[in-house]
Order: sequence, then C-alpha cells, then structure tokens
Amino acid sequence: MSGSVTVGTYQPGRSVLHRLPAGLKLVGLMALSIATIALRGPIPVVLAAATALTLALVARVPLRLAARSLRIVLVVALVAAALQWWWYGGAKAIETLLDLLALALFALTLTVTTPISALLDAVLWALRPLRRLGVRTERIALAVSLAIRALPGTVDLARETRDAARARGLERHPRAYLTPFVIRVVGHAHLTGDALAARGLGDDDLG
Amino acid sequence: MALIELREATVSVATPAGERVLLHPTTLSLPERRIAVIGPNGSGKSTLARLLNALVVPTSGSVHVDGIDVAGQPAKARRAVGFCFTDPAAQLVMPTCVEDIELSLRRHEKDAKSRRARALDVLDAHGLRDHADLSVHTLSGGQKQLLALAGVLAVRPAVLVADEPTTLLDLAHTRRVGDLLFSLEQQLVLVTHDLSLARRCDRALVIDQARVVFDGDAGAAVDHYVSSVAGEAPDER
Repeated sequence: MSGSVTVGTYQPGRSVLHRLPAGLKLVGLMALSIATIALRGPIPVVLAAATALTLALVARVPLRLAARSLRIVLVVALVAAALQWWWYGGAKAIETLLDLLALALFALTLTVTTPISALLDAVLWALRPLRRLGVRTERIALAVSLAIRALPGTVDLARETRDAARARGLERHPRAYLTPFVIRVVGHAHLTGDALAARGLGDDDLG
Repeated sequence: MALIELREATVSVATPAGERVLLHPTTLSLPERRIAVIGPNGSGKSTLARLLNALVVPTSGSVHVDGIDVAGQPAKARRAVGFCFTDPAAQLVMPTCVEDIELSLRRHEKDAKSRRARALDVLDAHGLRDHADLSVHTLSGGQKQLLALAGVLAVRPAVLVADEPTTLLDLAHTRRVGDLLFSLEQQLVLVTHDLSLARRCDRALVIDQARVVFDGDAGAAVDHYVSSVAGEAPDER
C-alpha cells in the first residue's frame, strides 16, 4: 500500500486545537475562510497567512504532511497567481496565492486535529433540525464517511487496473483500463452495500 | 447453540438465457456449533451462506435462525447472524480502525465516550489497539480481516457466518483468523477452501452444482470432496 492516498489525516495530540469541540472548529474554519476571502488588501492577507501558520504550528501539523497536502494546492495557486499577474498585476497575484494557501492550511489544520467521527457528529448535530422534516440525518453522515473512506480504495483500484493493462502492453488503450476500472468500482460499491446490510446498518436509524 | 433451519429453500435468478438455479430446494437442520461449507467455485456456497442473514432471499421455501424468519424479519435476523466477507476492504466502511468498530457499536452504546472506550477494548482484544487512529487503509490484508471480524463480533451475534474469510490471507494470518474463529462461543458457519480448517468443524456440507451433495462428519465430507475432484478428468470443468 505504499504511496496510498490517505484522506483521514487525523494525528492524535494534546494541543489546544485538538481539545476544542469539532463543531466550534468547523464554525471557526467557515468564519476564517469567509474573512480571508472577503477582506481585500495587503494587510488582511498577510494576517490570514500568519493566522494560518500560527494555527498550524499550535496544532503541530507535521511538516511532511503539510508539504504533501499543500503541494497540489500550491500548483493550482501558482497557476491562478500567474494569470492574475498577467491580468491585474503583482500585488493581486500575491494576494491570491497567499489566500489560497491560507485556506488550505486552515482546512488541513482542522483535519489534522479532528477525527472524522467527531466532525460527523458535529455535522449531525447541525443537521438535527432537519429531522423534524423527516430527513434521516444518520444516513447523510454515513454517506459522507463512506465517500471519505472510498477515495483511497478507488485510487488503489485505478492503480491496479492500470498496472494490469500495462502488464499486457495495453497502456495506450484507455478502454483497456477504464472499462475494468469502472466495473470494479461498481462491484466494490455493491460489496460495500452488502457489507452495510450485513452489519445491520440502514435497517433502522443508527442514532 | 442457535438452530439454523432451511426448508425447501431455493434460489434462482432470471437471466437472458432463462432461469438459472443458484440453489436447488435444500432442507437442512443445523444445530452443530461449527459447520463447514466446502465445494468448487461457483457451486452455490456463498448463496447458501448469504441466505442465513437475508443478503440473499429464497425464491421459495424458508430460512429460520433460532425461530426468526430470516426473509420476513431481516433486521432481526442480521442482529442474530454476523457476516464476515472474503474481502475485508469492502466490509470496512469508516476511515479509521476505532471509528469502524464504533460504527458497529452505535446502536448498542449511545454515549460517545463509553462507545469509544468499548471500541478500544475490542481493538485491544484483537491486538489492534496500536492501530486505533490509523487509516483502515494502512492495515495489511490480514489485519483488515481481523478488524472486520472484530467489528462483527463486537455486537455479539449468536451466529457467525464467514464466507471464505482466509482466502486472501497469508499463512500466519490464516492461522490467526482460524484460531480466532474456532475460539468463539458463537455458532460458526464457515465457507472455505481451506480443507484443514474444514476438518476442524463438527459437521460439513459439500455443495456442488447448486446442491448439497454430501452432509455429515467433517472429515468424511472433506474426503468426499477431495475424491470427487480427483476422480474427475481436468478438462471436464
């Protein structure tokens, strides 16, 4: 499983940010993100970047994890900044770059300090009013966690089918790996459905 | 021990080529503690196993576990019958190990704190305590299967149905999972290609071409299965 994508990046720890309730952190993330985007100009953006950096340091986000997670964001941010530079000039470009990196760092800090289950519980709590309307909130929470869980597995399936096509010298034929890949993803989904049913999940409300 | 009863249970599916029978009418009474189900690939072993907790519903006939009509009360039946799949990757649904166990315990333990404590105890009992906060994805195949079993057993079903639980495992994990299965107080229905595991059962069913073709002592059943394969020209199948 080397080089696998892991989405649940929770790192157990004892920092202040680890101990804050997940709901509060979610609201905080939203507030900080909105502020970062809404407030324009050089001072707010430097403040946002500094806040993001401080929070990440307080939470002791491992440097390697941060580097790995932010790499893709950095690429996107650089492209966006380059376009901005061309259209609006340097100041705007740097602002965009820092904004995007700060947002990514905020989000990363949240996932590093909060187990997925705590986030789910917070989301469930927030969705509670919908229960009165007959919405089965437990199912929404389960669907979200299934989606999170399914990502690394799907990437593995993609890698396996591509390798299988390659082993047969078919890497130039998209059909040779896309078709089995889609079939296997659907097959995996069926199996997961069976497993959920077998564990009695979905028979009644989990809450 | 629970009593598993099949009365003329039949499973068939409609295919473009016509009706295909996955299990011919089967009547069985299974009170033994450990029951093995063996036979060739595609013979109907999994269909029989899946009947026991309503993953497959009989086209006709009935299945009862401890008096519960499995097709009529699937939710109740699934509480009584735990099911372990061949591929644990499909069975584990939460991002981290402890969360997957907690998901199993949700209905039994409302309080989040004591639920976590119980989940950690379960992991501890299966030697997975150190992996509690790690992604399920980082476990080896054998560890995944142990975790899947731990999740099923955490809610203390009366019966455990295991569908080729060791097929994907290395030797050490096959032994470990085998030892775990045979140390359980639960009634065990074990579908397997591992004939040494099958021999350790109290009773074994040999399935071939959607029928039970031998039913009896596990040793005799394994011998019957082995000789049926040996006596067959390899190109017949």
